[in-house]
Amino acid sequence: MFQVILKRLLMLVPVLIGITLIGFLLLQVMPGDPASRAMGTRASPEELEAMRRLWGLDQPVWVQYLYFLRDCVTGSFGVSIFHKLPVIDLVAARLPFTLGIVLYSTLIALLVALPFAIMAALNRGNPVDSAIRQVFVVLIAMPPFWLCYVLILWLALGLGWFPTGGVGDGFAANVYRLFLPSLVVGLSTAALIQQSLRSALIDTMKADYVDTARAKGLNGRAVFLRHILPNSLISTISIIGVRVSWIIGGTVVVEKIFSVPGLGSLLIDAIVSRDLPVIRGLTVFFAIMVVIVNLITDICYALADPRVRLE
Amino acid sequence: MSLLSIRDLRTEFSGPAGIARAVDGVSFDVEPGEIFGIVGESGCGKSATCRSILHLFGGAPARIAGGQILLEGTGDIARMTERDLSRVRGREVAFIFQDPLTALNPTMRIGKQIAEVIRCHRKVSKTEARAAALDLLREVQVTSPERRLDAYPHELSGGLRQRVVIAMALALRPRLIIADEPTTALDVTVQDQILRLLRERRDSTGTSIILVTHDLGVVSQICDRMAVMYAGRVVETGSVRQVLDTPSHPYTRALLAALPGQTGRERDLTPIEGSPPGLISPPPGCRFAPRCRFARPECAVGQPPALHPRGETAHLDACILTEVPDVLA
Ligand SMILES: Nc1ncnc2c1ncn2[C@@H]1O[C@H](COP(=O)(O)OP(=O)(O)OP(=O)(O)O)[C@@H](O)[C@H]1O
Ligand code: SF4
Ligand SMILES: [Mg+2]
Repeated sequence: MFQVILKRLLMLVPVLIGITLIGFLLLQVMPGDPASRAMGTRASPEELEAMRRLWGLDQPVWVQYLYFLRDCVTGSFGVSIFHKLPVIDLVAARLPFTLGIVLYSTLIALLVALPFAIMAALNRGNPVDSAIRQVFVVLIAMPPFWLCYVLILWLALGLGWFPTGGVGDGFAANVYRLFLPSLVVGLSTAALIQQSLRSALIDTMKADYVDTARAKGLNGRAVFLRHILPNSLISTISIIGVRVSWIIGGTVVVEKIFSVPGLGSLLIDAIVSRDLPVIRGLTVFFAIMVVIVNLITDICYALADPRVRLE
Repeated sequence: MSLLSIRDLRTEFSGPAGIARAVDGVSFDVEPGEIFGIVGESGCGKSATCRSILHLFGGAPARIAGGQILLEGTGDIARMTERDLSRVRGREVAFIFQDPLTALNPTMRIGKQIAEVIRCHRKVSKTEARAAALDLLREVQVTSPERRLDAYPHELSGGLRQRVVIAMALALRPRLIIADEPTTALDVTVQDQILRLLRERRDSTGTSIILVTHDLGVVSQICDRMAVMYAGRVVETGSVRQVLDTPSHPYTRALLAALPGQTGRERDLTPIEGSPPGLISPPPGCRFAPRCRFARPECAVGQPPALHPRGETAHLDACILTEVPDVLA
């Protein structure tokens, strides 16, 4: 197991070299000059020139790429032009909030999806099932920004139960403050999980081993809890995995609206200020995260289903 | 009195095309300690009959629409609630499904799956149930049983898996075991072993077995009595010797005539010319009439002919002819 994990991590290297290359080249063709962005419009040409030299922007492209590779290997991922800090430090400061939203929203999603998936599967084909489906279809169709504003207007400004945004100090404060952003992200996750779990449940209910379990004399409840549910949940592992990789870089809108200093807002700010090192560093970092989340997903799969081996 | 008496059983599957009367007036008796064979072409309702006994339809839209399933000392299972059924299932009547790979939960260790049937009916500790599971694996002649207890189904061969399923069926010494084609999904080489095991367990525990099979050779080897089904009905029943040696119903005769003689291993039922009628709106009268070489106009009218004694006692068939011409093929 350990060796397999190590092997998988080593396989990361060629992937990352590819990602760095693509990320680097894409940014080369992006319009806008980082130096003038950083210095403002009143900077003299000499000052700009000095700035470019300082950041290595005057070097040939391939040299810049090699510098970037060096920064990745040494772990700094480059130095932010805007913040004047190593990218890794910026990431480290923001990662907890993004991971917080990832875990929190997934938890909310499971709590919402599980009962409704079970209810829908047990009532498949009848009005309860279609009512639940309608609600979740609406949830998926709602644009996140709109949902954010509805929740802010209703729960934050209207009822005053939650702050309109920002983060707090410590775990408890953030459980409270990150609730609304996590809810927005979690509801779409819930819709995905509900749909896949519902059909997994319905498929599993037809499995022969469910008949075997009933033939043993187990009552419906025991058959459901011991055989149907556990086997159905396995298939949601991959859904959650895909969703988590997406959330890590994809919560830009939610983070912006709720003023959460996470990776998404870091990326947006970097793009706006043409902070090339940050954009590049984040690209590579996101790629690493996707691979790691995939690995964790596969490990969970292998642990949950004895037929699956980690490869 | 018979252990199991099925009387005029009717089971329906509802589907988009209409209601399929998969079991349409089936009657037979199973005596204590006997192996009762059920044969018939694919789709004639063998599985539906078996599944009706424990109301296990795999989530299919099926219901028992009529008739009685009388288990000696227990009453009519056909009308039982789920609650009462759960006391019969596993304890009085056990089921062995066709494919042991799909019949076992892929994510549960087999020791636990066997223990489950014990713990479901008896108040025993986990350790006791595990010890009992181990004994059961020995009883069905699983090699190195201690090691198998913690194995998952996919780690066992097909034959071993079916032994595990049989162990589960034997766990509570049920009076009746229903085995629906228990060897069809297995390698030819292990089929014999599994059938021998079943017979041996019957000999030592005295349980009755209903054995569904496509193989008339198997029936003649290990069954005591049998029923031949056609299009949702029993067309002939009696002792294996009566039915196979002196078949009286034209369908049974055609089945036997279609066999490739002798002791060849491939004794699957070769289809008779034509195909069985659909079960949604079967033809009136005898359902075999469209394919029967002895059919007369009066065969194809009214209700399907009922089973009636033919010569010796307990040899019944459902043909209107008083004397079926004694020519084979
Ligand atoms: N899941 C189902 N949904 C709808 N109809 C079904 C279903 N299963 C069986 N039937 C109907 O019941 C009839 C009898 O099916 P059954 O499975 O009992 O046949 P069988 O004799 O066991 O055949 P085989 O030898 O292929 O196992 C079929 O012809 C079909 O019309
Ligand atoms: S009743 Fe008529 S059609 Fe049916 S088996 Fe007898 S002879 Fe053939
Ligand atoms: Mg069948």
